[in-house]
Amino acid sequence: MNIEDEEKRHTIVVLVDNEAGVLARVIGLFSGRGYNIDSLTVAEVDPVRRLSRINIVTTGTELVIEQIKALLSKLVPVHRVQDLTIEGPHVERELALVKVNGDRERLIQALRIADFMHARLVDSTPGSLVFEVTGSSDELDAFISLVEPVEVSRAGVVAIGRGEMILDGTAQDDG
Amino acid sequence: MTAQQTIAQPPADTRSMTGAQVVLQALLDQGVEVIFGYPGGAVLPLYDALFQQKTIHHVLVRHEQAAVHAAEGYARSTGKVGVVLVTSGPGATNTVTGLTDALMDSVPVVCLTGQVPTHMIGNDAFQEADTVGITRPCTKHNYLVKKPEDLARIVHEAFHVASSGRPGPVVVDLPKNILMGEAPYAEKEAGRRRTYNPRREPDPARIEEAVRLLARAERPIFYVGGGVINSGPLACALLTELVRATGYPITLTLMGLGAFPAGDPQYLGMLGMHGTYEANMAMHDCDVMVCIGARFDDRVTGRLDGFSPGSRKIHVDIDPSSINKNVPVDIAIVGDAERSLEAMLEAWKRVAPTVDRARIAPWWDQIERWRAVDSLRFRQSGTAIKPQYAIKRLYELTRDREPFITTDVGQHQMWAAQHFRFEKPRRWLTSGGLGTMGYGFPAALGVQMAHPDALVINISGDASWVMNMQEMSTAMQHRLPVKVFLVNNGYMGMVRQWQDFFHGSRRAESYMDSMPDFVKLAEAFGAVGLRATTPAELDEVIERMLATDGLVLADIVVEEVENVYPMIPGGAAHNEIKLSPEDDGGHEPISEDGMVLV
Ligand SMILES: Cc1ncc(C[n+]2csc(CCOP(=O)(O)OP(=O)(O)O)c2C)c(N)n1
Repeated sequence: MNIEDEEKRHTIVVLVDNEAGVLARVIGLFSGRGYNIDSLTVAEVDPVRRLSRINIVTTGTELVIEQIKALLSKLVPVHRVQDLTIEGPHVERELALVKVNGDRERLIQALRIADFMHARLVDSTPGSLVFEVTGSSDELDAFISLVEPVEVSRAGVVAIGRGEMILDGTAQDDG
Repeated sequence: MTAQQTIAQPPADTRSMTGAQVVLQALLDQGVEVIFGYPGGAVLPLYDALFQQKTIHHVLVRHEQAAVHAAEGYARSTGKVGVVLVTSGPGATNTVTGLTDALMDSVPVVCLTGQVPTHMIGNDAFQEADTVGITRPCTKHNYLVKKPEDLARIVHEAFHVASSGRPGPVVVDLPKNILMGEAPYAEKEAGRRRTYNPRREPDPARIEEAVRLLARAERPIFYVGGGVINSGPLACALLTELVRATGYPITLTLMGLGAFPAGDPQYLGMLGMHGTYEANMAMHDCDVMVCIGARFDDRVTGRLDGFSPGSRKIHVDIDPSSINKNVPVDIAIVGDAERSLEAMLEAWKRVAPTVDRARIAPWWDQIERWRAVDSLRFRQSGTAIKPQYAIKRLYELTRDREPFITTDVGQHQMWAAQHFRFEKPRRWLTSGGLGTMGYGFPAALGVQMAHPDALVINISGDASWVMNMQEMSTAMQHRLPVKVFLVNNGYMGMVRQWQDFFHGSRRAESYMDSMPDFVKLAEAFGAVGLRATTPAELDEVIERMLATDGLVLADIVVEEVENVYPMIPGGAAHNEIKLSPEDDGGHEPISEDGMVLV
């Protein structure tokens, strides 16, 4: 297999005008061309200028990732596109709510794992517990596989560059 | 804004305008002169406003798909934005093929669609369709206007987005209550948007690098597409100057025909699946390729791993997503063709004195040997008219009048591309990317609207033409003297050719049974119908067609089973081009990879 054919995971963040249909445009771009979305999150981050930030985790060959970024940059409501995987050191976090059911013994076991993996108990009934866990996707995977939950809800990856690297909508836009 | 260009009474207080008046005023400020459209309930307020002014001319089509193709014809022959107006629901859905066509071929079109009132959206109201949802993937951008205060800005922005960067179609969906209620006006400048600034200026360092590479090339070629035509006549003039200054060969894509004068000896003809032998062989064997405003489309490249394997590639395009999409390139230049060509020409003039011209002489010798094969040759023999001959004669008898040519899709399209030779840009209009049968006739109407005194010819095939033949009525109403040159072979010729080549000659559903008498059909619409069935009649029919005022349909009955050559079969490389049926003793069994290609 050529280096160019190798698929790699990329975390891409996109700053957009928070307007109707913008998410559909982003998703349509992926689904219409058969690209993968491993995870996607979106929320408004600047209520004054009405900017939303979209975090996308995708996998693809170098050419495909380049295409994805070029196509995202072309969308009219898009301010900036940043490929954190390439552009520099960054942190990635994910949040999950994890429900465990069972008898006393099982629940105590889950509490122990939660304690040691820094998950927080956010709800409990006599037969069930709900944990909130944040961390890298790998940490979440590890916790989930250990507690054997009955139900999982994951928020998807959010990411941000470290140090000086700042993504805002004020820079001269081109693309 | 002049007084005569103002809608109704000049509104002392702009608050007193209705949404419909705001839309119309925005169109006037954008310099719109012609709209192609079809009315219905949701857009009646706009039609009412149109009725009360005289500046904008409305062309009533007979099907909304034709409105978009006509707007494309108008846009591509002028460089202006084509404008479409249709109603909600079926009116909007009927435009989808046209919009997709305009997206694929980068044609600036603004399509205004009616919509049910905002409070009814989502209720499955009568003639409601999710127009922005349906058209999102087939437009460059689209809008649903939800608030009156956004209306003027959005219409202006739509024109800006459609016409700048890589042009394309933009839909503006207009709920009826927005059109009927009051809305404030905003000037053209409101349509600038901070997030949207397509890059026009090329990176000077990359230009230098590209020209240095070009200057050292031993087997160079220019491969140029419709992007240069879209950039404008100046870009075409600069291209011509640069190509002549270098003395290098040039080939054009289907969309690029006319960007460089076909009569110039440096021109190798069209490349690609049905391109000339010399163009395709030169693409395959070159050592430096300069692609400008083209996109390495699969019809051009053939099998990707066999595409020009030994060359360094330079790609100039205004759309960054076109670069490195199918073919990785060595030097990528994002920018407008005009600006990039200007910079390249300037850089070339600086290096020119040091360039050794003799080094490309062996390359030209090789090219001349390929050219001597005369890959477009055909023989007019027998009693039937050969379709190639019909098109060649049409070219020879009209070339002095510099006609505008539109085509439909199929064999006739390829023969027209091969045998018509364009000296100027914007004279050749064909559906390249989408390959839309039914494009040619309405596109010709759009061209004729923009150029009332020009000779506009639609070269069509019998199957394609009946897809939008209802537009005869539009042509008659608006007195558009388009000449239809129907290359009538009784088949969906291109389908039949593929069936004969790749599907054991099983001609499933490709024979056009029960077709009308085209002469009588023309007459039924009040147009003139002519027919030629033998080579001897051909010239006279063409002469009569040209001499006749008004709409003419010339039914040219040709040889039924002629095939288009040269041909690079799907999944093959440029140097595997087939020149004639005798090549390799008949129809090649095609590779399995090739079979799945369209
Ligand atoms: C709307 C549409 N439907 C189907 C096709 C597939 N197609 C490509 S060429 C062709 C046949 C065209 O026949 P005709 O217009 O008679 O032209 P000819 O090839 O005979 O010159 C068909 C059906 C298409 N390109 N467009």
